[in-house]
Amino acid sequence: MTDLEAFRSETRAWLEENCPASMRTPIRGDKEMCWGGRNFEFISEDQKVWMERMAERGWTVPTWPKEYGGGGLDKEEAKILAAEMRRIKARSPLTSFGIWMLGPALLKFGTHEQKLEHLPKIARGEIRWCQGYSEPNAGSDLASLATKAEDKGDHWIVNGQKVWTSYADQADWIFCLVRTDNSGTKHHGISFVLFDMESEGVSTKPIKLISGYSPFCETFFDDVKVFKSNLVGEENAGWSIAKYLLTHERTGISDMGMPTPLNMLAKDKLGTGDDGKLAESMLRHQIADHEIDAAAFVFTLERAKDEAKAGGDMGAFSSMLKYYGTEINKQRHELIVKTNGSDGLEWEGQYSNDGDIARSWLRTKANSIEGGTSEIQLNIVSKRILDLPA
Amino acid sequence: MALVLNEEQQLLKESADGFFAEKAPISQLRELRDSRSEAGFSAELWSEMAEMGFAGLLVDEENGGTDFGVMGAGIVAEAMGKTLSASPYLASAVVSAAVLKGAASDAQKAELLPAIAAGEKIVTLAIDESAHHRPENTVLKATADGDGYVLSGMKTFVCDGHVADAFLVVARTSGEKGDTSGLSLFLVEKGGAGLIVDRTIMADSRNWAKITFEGVRVSGDALVGPLDGAYDAIEPALDQARIIVAAELLGIAQECLDRTVEYLRERKQFGVVIGTFQGLQHRAAHLFSEIEVTRSAVLKAMQMADAGGDVRWFASLAKAKACKTAELATNEAIQMHGGIGMTDEFDIGFFIKRARILQSLFGDFNYHADRFASCSSY
Repeated sequence: MTDLEAFRSETRAWLEENCPASMRTPIRGDKEMCWGGRNFEFISEDQKVWMERMAERGWTVPTWPKEYGGGGLDKEEAKILAAEMRRIKARSPLTSFGIWMLGPALLKFGTHEQKLEHLPKIARGEIRWCQGYSEPNAGSDLASLATKAEDKGDHWIVNGQKVWTSYADQADWIFCLVRTDNSGTKHHGISFVLFDMESEGVSTKPIKLISGYSPFCETFFDDVKVFKSNLVGEENAGWSIAKYLLTHERTGISDMGMPTPLNMLAKDKLGTGDDGKLAESMLRHQIADHEIDAAAFVFTLERAKDEAKAGGDMGAFSSMLKYYGTEINKQRHELIVKTNGSDGLEWEGQYSNDGDIARSWLRTKANSIEGGTSEIQLNIVSKRILDLPA
Repeated sequence: MALVLNEEQQLLKESADGFFAEKAPISQLRELRDSRSEAGFSAELWSEMAEMGFAGLLVDEENGGTDFGVMGAGIVAEAMGKTLSASPYLASAVVSAAVLKGAASDAQKAELLPAIAAGEKIVTLAIDESAHHRPENTVLKATADGDGYVLSGMKTFVCDGHVADAFLVVARTSGEKGDTSGLSLFLVEKGGAGLIVDRTIMADSRNWAKITFEGVRVSGDALVGPLDGAYDAIEPALDQARIIVAAELLGIAQECLDRTVEYLRERKQFGVVIGTFQGLQHRAAHLFSEIEVTRSAVLKAMQMADAGGDVRWFASLAKAKACKTAELATNEAIQMHGGIGMTDEFDIGFFIKRARILQSLFGDFNYHADRFASCSSY
């Protein structure tokens, strides 16, 4: 048996033994995800146990180095772990912005001390992070951000406002773009800093969305003290970190994992005829059309990862993935609503799990806005890949 | 297996791209069309392709091929899609080689495959009988007659039919129209009594034909594969052909995008190059995205076909997606070129014509979307 085969059988046995049965069912909506953090309330003991067991092995962040709380797996091993988790339909033990956004940026740009301080807490689900990027006047034009950091020697005093800060009201720390210099071009003078959301002068206000939920907040900074040891990378050169992190964010948003195939949801709801075909023929056509694109897109994610592994730079390709993946996901939810007909539009009540289908559908409308709109992604593709003039 | 080309495949791609750009540019197809060439392809090009090993990509080395598999054949087809080269590659080296490899006896393979791989014999598959690809609807009849068979009926949309040396003919030996069982495959040499070949000039200026069988007699050893079992015997080969056609469509789409982007960088209106307009940038970037996604589906299908096993789902996915993207790319290319895109003098029109015909070959988008859904059990 090769090492990889041995790893697979050990992993399979461990997962069988350690993944609770209730963690092997599909996640229904954001509220069933495990986000971690100081104030997180687990939906069940199983959810807590599952996160802790995985964290103990470093498998909440399988490819991070062991000294920072990761599993130290190479890409082949990580692929096997993911496949084995899929095999038993295991839920992700921990989902967080720390894992898929800040972590990769800290691993690349952080000091050893910063990594030791922050990464293990992310891996163990102890600290929940939020992202302070967009501002009221800096959305698609992110680099024009104005949150001001005033130099006070060993620290800055930060004043300003962020908006669309996902889950800021539930986050423990923030990674934040602030302006430390106003003298150059707009891309110069931005710094990437970290601070505790419990710091004096930080306040948040949830924004109620069309889904009825408030995943996004307005975040206000009023004379917040940020020590310079919490600067990541060089002062005034935070834009390159911001962009690096955005490529991870975009790849992350585009990779929604392997959700339950739409056709299975539709078969459960509508049934099939004697010929085994979905009873609603026009809907069957629409679902097939969609699933052809969705399957081809899943292979595109696979190819992008394999090319990156072979030394290619993902770069602007992540913009294409973000654009395509979010449009696919929006279309998927439109079809889920169509499949469920009037039942899919129920808003409250037990039957619909408080309007799960309708609210999830409306949540997806943000997919092609957050992390850079579809139009921004197309701008990036046309400039950086197709080399069209600005 | 990583979803990227390996070194050997990368080299094949580079050599194919270079070869077709130099030896078979689009002007060659234009010349064949304008001169109303009788053969419809350049014999010189075809023999050079054979020398390069392109005619034997699907043929094993024992039978004189290079054995590059579906991946190799797809890579070359993609390169051909970029220059729209005309040759019996698809009919003979792809479809017939795949069908024979999958269904023929060792003796038949030894007789036919070396000649196909050398480019010396052109063999083509005659399968469709109506304007829509539905193999199970075959009614061309093969009746047992002594130690042989007599074939009666007609075939349409036969690739390179008027220049083929032999035909692989799908015929009904039992059952009825609509049954997948009861079909058999026969090898019919050209020139036999009762065999009438009519070249059909189609939009793409490539070679197609309608063939009428008026009691064509073949011997018993003309049967290829199991009697009554041709549907299952040739389905894997048809899927390989569909994947390779998808690769050619991908080449067409990519070339349309590349030519269009180049035009956007040069053409000026309102005192600026039109590539600065966001309305056009976004159309081009969207098309780029669709092509990249299509590329992944085609690559995956090629790999799966070479790995063996049931590839129906992958083949229908690749063909359906390639049909959709090629349709988008050819339409967008004309629109973004503006008036000049409508002129015959400009080459872009050749791409839309070849694309539509390849889209309908061996099942169009609707056929494969339906089959994709059925393979996914819905």
